[in-house]
Amino acid sequence: MERHGLLSYFVGFVLAVVLTAIPFYLVATHALPPSRIIYVIAAAAVLQILVHLRFFLHLNFATTPRENLLAIAFTAVLLGIMLGGSLWIMVDLHTRMAL
Amino acid sequence: MNLLGKLSWDAIPLDQPIIMGATAFMVLVIVAVLSFITFKGYWAPLWRDWITSVDHKRIGVMYILLALVMLLRGFSDAIMMRAQQAVAVGGAQGYLPPEHFDQIFSAHGTIMIFFMAMPFVIGVINVVVPLQLGVRDVAFPTLNSVSFWLTASGALLINISLAVGEFAKTGWVAYPPLSELQFSPGVGVDYYLWSLQISGIGTLLSGINFVTTILKLRAPGMGYMRMPVFCWTALATSLLIVAAFPVLTATFAMLLLDRYLGFHFFSVDGGGNAMMYVNLFWVWGHPEVYILVLPAFGIYSEVVATFSGKPLFGYRSMVAATMAICVLSFLVWLHHFFTMGGSADVNGFFGVMTMIIAVPTGVKVFNWLFTMYGGRVRFTVPMLWSIGFMITFVVGGMTGVLMAVPPADFQVHNSLFLVAHFHNTIIGGVVFGLMAGYNYWFPKVFGFRLDERWGKASFWCWFTGFYLAFMPLYAVGLMGMTRRLQHYDNPAWQPWLMVAALGAVVILAGVACQAIQLVVSVRARRQLRDTTGNPWGGRTLEWFTPSPPPAWNFAVLPSVGRFARRTPAKETQDYKAIEMPNNSPIGVITAFFAVVTGFALIWHIWWMAGLGLLGAFVTLLAFAFRRQEEIEVPAVELARFDRAHPAEVMP
Repeated sequence: MERHGLLSYFVGFVLAVVLTAIPFYLVATHALPPSRIIYVIAAAAVLQILVHLRFFLHLNFATTPRENLLAIAFTAVLLGIMLGGSLWIMVDLHTRMAL
Repeated sequence: MNLLGKLSWDAIPLDQPIIMGATAFMVLVIVAVLSFITFKGYWAPLWRDWITSVDHKRIGVMYILLALVMLLRGFSDAIMMRAQQAVAVGGAQGYLPPEHFDQIFSAHGTIMIFFMAMPFVIGVINVVVPLQLGVRDVAFPTLNSVSFWLTASGALLINISLAVGEFAKTGWVAYPPLSELQFSPGVGVDYYLWSLQISGIGTLLSGINFVTTILKLRAPGMGYMRMPVFCWTALATSLLIVAAFPVLTATFAMLLLDRYLGFHFFSVDGGGNAMMYVNLFWVWGHPEVYILVLPAFGIYSEVVATFSGKPLFGYRSMVAATMAICVLSFLVWLHHFFTMGGSADVNGFFGVMTMIIAVPTGVKVFNWLFTMYGGRVRFTVPMLWSIGFMITFVVGGMTGVLMAVPPADFQVHNSLFLVAHFHNTIIGGVVFGLMAGYNYWFPKVFGFRLDERWGKASFWCWFTGFYLAFMPLYAVGLMGMTRRLQHYDNPAWQPWLMVAALGAVVILAGVACQAIQLVVSVRARRQLRDTTGNPWGGRTLEWFTPSPPPAWNFAVLPSVGRFARRTPAKETQDYKAIEMPNNSPIGVITAFFAVVTGFALIWHIWWMAGLGLLGAFVTLLAFAFRRQEEIEVPAVELARFDRAHPAEVMP
């Protein structure tokens, strides 16, 4: 607790709230067309993950043990494979269904 | 408002003699076991030494016991299917009506994967990994007990479905739209989903536990490259569990939302896409194959090295191959649905990746062969299973590479050729490995060896029975027979299916031999006793402690140099008191509430589901506020035990 200080948690909390509020606002007010809103929500979600890792789990490249960074990298690779692969497969299917 | 939801007396299928017979048999067995325990007065020791135990060895034994019981259940489903297909040709309808046959093949797949293979694998990991690492327990012993009991809860719910209600008729994969409420309005799919959700949480917790244990707790001096190969494969499997099981949980959660709250994730009418379920299911499903088979590879590595009297050939390549498979297993899942209609790019990519993943597996096979080459091979029961595996698994692997070619796969997709292929890899790979491990580590756990003669008989029955049962399926698969047929019109298939049924009977003889082997060995346990702690001449750390090991595994932690060494502590003052975790009923209580919640959700008894969740939460709170979590074992007791059980000290 001393090492990271209350400020870090506070900044993280504010960022997390902002990143949650943006999608809610867009969905509630229809400020953008739905096809665009999806991209904004996805971006906000990814940023949200990074905020949690940085401000709540205190991951960084200086003090975090190498093993933990490796684990995060492994997770990132697998997430990339799962999400990227699923998107590729389903978009491909979608275009072929529209042929 | 109906207090019992959808539950009524109609849920018990009294008009189905086969189901009622099985139910009566199950109830009789349960009553017999319970009255035996009561009559002998075993309740107190059972509660103290097993049910509430957090000792990784005892939890492992309970996992394996669960797996063996569920093996019998899943195997009786298999025998029923083979018998049905042997007779139901042309005008004959066989003895199983379609709606019952559908439940049987669904239950067979679900039980064999989730409640036989998984508990067996996790059980062996539980028993062996802490001993091989030279430590006293897993990282989170109480969590380990919770994991086991949640898995048992799922198994219990599946068995309840036999007597109360029905099981899914969708196959073990439960693809929508068939598994959606519109086409499966009964409780079968809900039994499937909730039992797998509950046991899935248990599996995930196990995965986390073993990743932490292997990364953080190892004997002094044991660097990563000094870990036994079995520990490496256990690490890879645990990583795969942590990465893959949340996908399954999320996918099932979406299907549950579709079924319970009218969502449209996978139903086309609301803009969903059923293929997304298939995609996500196999994002989990293909890593699951390796979750099962990697620890089996680890078992073969230990067994082959020990019984060839040589160190494992190519340790580093074995580790590299294991970790390569760990990542590659996430890059092949589309080969389960080539026929979905993806473009040539997509099918081509996943086809090529599927062929590539065969390379590290091939590396392993050559490593085992070279380990045996020039060694003094002892043909013990574990070694027979390992050699049987090498032959069988290579056949299964080659049919897999064949199906990795998309145009070839289009011909045999969902045919019995596919069924033969995956049984060839799962029985020939996973089950043979688990049987090898069961025979290999049994003396470590119980202090006496298993009878060799009955063990060999069981191996030969399983081995020949396997070929008799599954080679014909390749043939009828190529002849065009699809899977899951309750009845067929082509009389040319029948001779093959009769041979397959005969094969299943031969496997049954193998199962019987195993049961006899256990009984014979228990009765002859004095002659079969292992007094050395190292009956096979193994060189990993589990053989450096007495059989059975004490609760603390090692009184003085072994230190590892180029070779493992058990520090011989001679005087009482050389021992230091150690802290052991207390027994905890938290696992079994949590599991009780999990069963209550699952059963209530299946039958829409909302008040009971609420009570179940509340109970689980209160249990968690009670655990969080516990006062005493460890007891001290004094140095004198450690010294006394070591003097009474002098285990062999290896150079």
